[in-house]
Amino acid sequence: MVAVITKVKQKQITQLIDKGKRLDDREPTDYRELKIEQGLIERAEGSARVLLGKTEVVVGTKVEIGEPFADTPNDGVLTVNAELVPLASPGFEPGPPDENSIELARIVDRGIRESKAINTEKLVIDPGKKVFVVFVDIYVLNHDGNLIDASALAAMAALLNTKMGKYEVEDGEVKTKPGYEPLPVKKHPITVTCAKIGDKLIVDPSLEEEQVMDARISIAFDDDDNICAVQKGGAGYFEPKELVEAARIAKEKATEMRKKLNW
Amino acid sequence: MNDKPEKLIDKKGLRLDGRKLDELRPVKLEVGVISNADGSAYIEHGKNKILAGVYGPREVHPKHLALPDRTVLKCRYHMAPFSVQERKSPAPSRREIELSKVIRESLEPAIFMEYYPRTMIDVFIEVLQADGGTRCASITAAALALADSGIPMRDLVVACAAGKIEDKVVLDLMDTEDKVGAADVPVALMPNLNAVTLLQMDGQLSTDEFESAVNLALDGCKQIYALQKEALKTKYINVKEEIKEEAEE
Amino acid sequence: MPIFLENKQLVTPGDLIAEGEYIAGENTYMEKNKIYASRVGIVEYETKRLDVVALKSFYIPRMGDTVIGTITEVGFSGWTVDINSPYPALLRASDVLSRPFRPQKDDLPNVLDLGDLVVANIVSYDRTHDPQLTVAEPGLGKITRGQILKVTPTKIPRVIGRKGSMIGMIKQETGCNIILGVNGVVLITGKTLEDEQLAMKAILKIEEESHTSGLTDRITKMLKEAKSGKEETKNE
Repeated sequence: MVAVITKVKQKQITQLIDKGKRLDDREPTDYRELKIEQGLIERAEGSARVLLGKTEVVVGTKVEIGEPFADTPNDGVLTVNAELVPLASPGFEPGPPDENSIELARIVDRGIRESKAINTEKLVIDPGKKVFVVFVDIYVLNHDGNLIDASALAAMAALLNTKMGKYEVEDGEVKTKPGYEPLPVKKHPITVTCAKIGDKLIVDPSLEEEQVMDARISIAFDDDDNICAVQKGGAGYFEPKELVEAARIAKEKATEMRKKLNW
Repeated sequence: MNDKPEKLIDKKGLRLDGRKLDELRPVKLEVGVISNADGSAYIEHGKNKILAGVYGPREVHPKHLALPDRTVLKCRYHMAPFSVQERKSPAPSRREIELSKVIRESLEPAIFMEYYPRTMIDVFIEVLQADGGTRCASITAAALALADSGIPMRDLVVACAAGKIEDKVVLDLMDTEDKVGAADVPVALMPNLNAVTLLQMDGQLSTDEFESAVNLALDGCKQIYALQKEALKTKYINVKEEIKEEAEE
Repeated sequence: MPIFLENKQLVTPGDLIAEGEYIAGENTYMEKNKIYASRVGIVEYETKRLDVVALKSFYIPRMGDTVIGTITEVGFSGWTVDINSPYPALLRASDVLSRPFRPQKDDLPNVLDLGDLVVANIVSYDRTHDPQLTVAEPGLGKITRGQILKVTPTKIPRVIGRKGSMIGMIKQETGCNIILGVNGVVLITGKTLEDEQLAMKAILKIEEESHTSGLTDRITKMLKEAKSGKEETKNE
């Protein structure tokens, strides 16, 4: 049910990109205007809203007490979930998560987990018995392209905004203590997505550019400029030299973004 | 974590959030907030934060559900996992399914269903934060989203609840009051036609108290209706103001 | 019997406009002798007939309308066309080929493929079936270049202007050829992308400010300023 992109527009986009220009006058490696807001959902332990161009994503975090996984008794639990709600695009249908929302959640999860952004050892209350369970729920509200970068930024901003209650184990029982403390965030992974159109690479594809692209690649960097997650998407392919180029561009943009956000 | 509060109404007759018995929580409305949707609106009613989006009239999917002489209206009320105190699973609960139905039935009388046969109108409601009275706030936002989409309507639909806490009939219960109070009566109204399109009640009320509650809720509806009209007109009035300013420069 | 509102007043659905012997015009409805608005818009009346000029609406097909659409499906003997309406339109192969369709010889995607744009006329439509299109008239057919713009269909008359004055002025100042589909889809073909984008900007401005006065002057001013700006950069 998504609108079919006209051939005339497709041609226009590819011709422009071939000349190093884009439909909205951006440079090939420019991000659209970015706005981040934190703490808008007071009920949630943490929250953030990202507006990337017209793409809008809200992330809420909930921190609850639960049991650790059997194979990691001394680690708290982090779980990331994404919903492409039907009001965000004519192409989104109500129902259980489809492959797109599951892929989105797992890509964002990978960036956070592999960069060790959260020290899950610090989320233990009673080793082997009670730990903090951090739910990160990604809610896409308007789809105008590049849901991955917008969601990853919103998830990180929400985690940075997250407060947890204080708990102590007294006589084998978990007791609440007054006050809150911030979620221990150690690293700030940033994901950059590049799309391939023809033989050119562009950063932060808009919805129309995504409809024309051959493939995309999303690369997450940690604070030390190490790559911690990569995902190629789309039905097309990359040449090895394009992958190297994409990594180089992504690293540059991640550093720029990190500086701009002061993360 | 939430201890039951001692008293819901203090000695001065004020509620936990400082309101009088017949006072509405603050309401903020904005129209046209989701660029992809045909119509959309955002409401903040007290601490409730709700988005409504409309797609349609559009082709019916799957085709066999199409009706030859009218449009098909579908409504989905859905809460974000982070919208409530304890994280809610994203899967639709029985409550969400019931609310989807009653909300749809509160909006349907306002729509000229026979105008667009063989089409479908989708209303999507997403609750980002909940604090009592979400179905009413959802209806208010959904009606605005429908008007914003250009779908012809007989009237707007606006909703508000009243209830009883500690022997007093009060307007617009927030979550704590709803959980601990004696009754909750949500009402939806088409204000110009003076027609009630949603009415529910749970709790215990005498018939007099019920009548008081309904009247109080209707009064609340009329107050919110004024804000709905303003929200719809704002976009156009702002453009007029901007042009006036430019001309005066 | 009274009219309760003034001309040019902004109304919302359900607003009571008048009571008594009046004619319920566009975007209004009558119930028990009272006339109400059914869409957000501006009240307009002359004597007996009350209309609301809607600020936003969508296109319902009418016989004879010229529309611009996108091919969304290549079927067995024709195409499905998105004409920016709740109803998808049908274009038969025989209409495009100007002769009977030969299933084994004619390759439809070669003639019109997914994503192609067409200018077409509505030849038939009623409440029981989807609209049918024809391209078998002069000026109709496949579009190969230009910018496509969507505006709310009720604004198209404003874009045209009185006796075509507004659209004529835009065409002249930007040097673009502009086809206005009744369905709110506009095709702009110019010599350069800049000219096309300037025409787009003018039309979008008309859509946004259509309910205000002095629009023609502001559009003329905007176009002239843009043109002189262009010449300045040329001379630098």
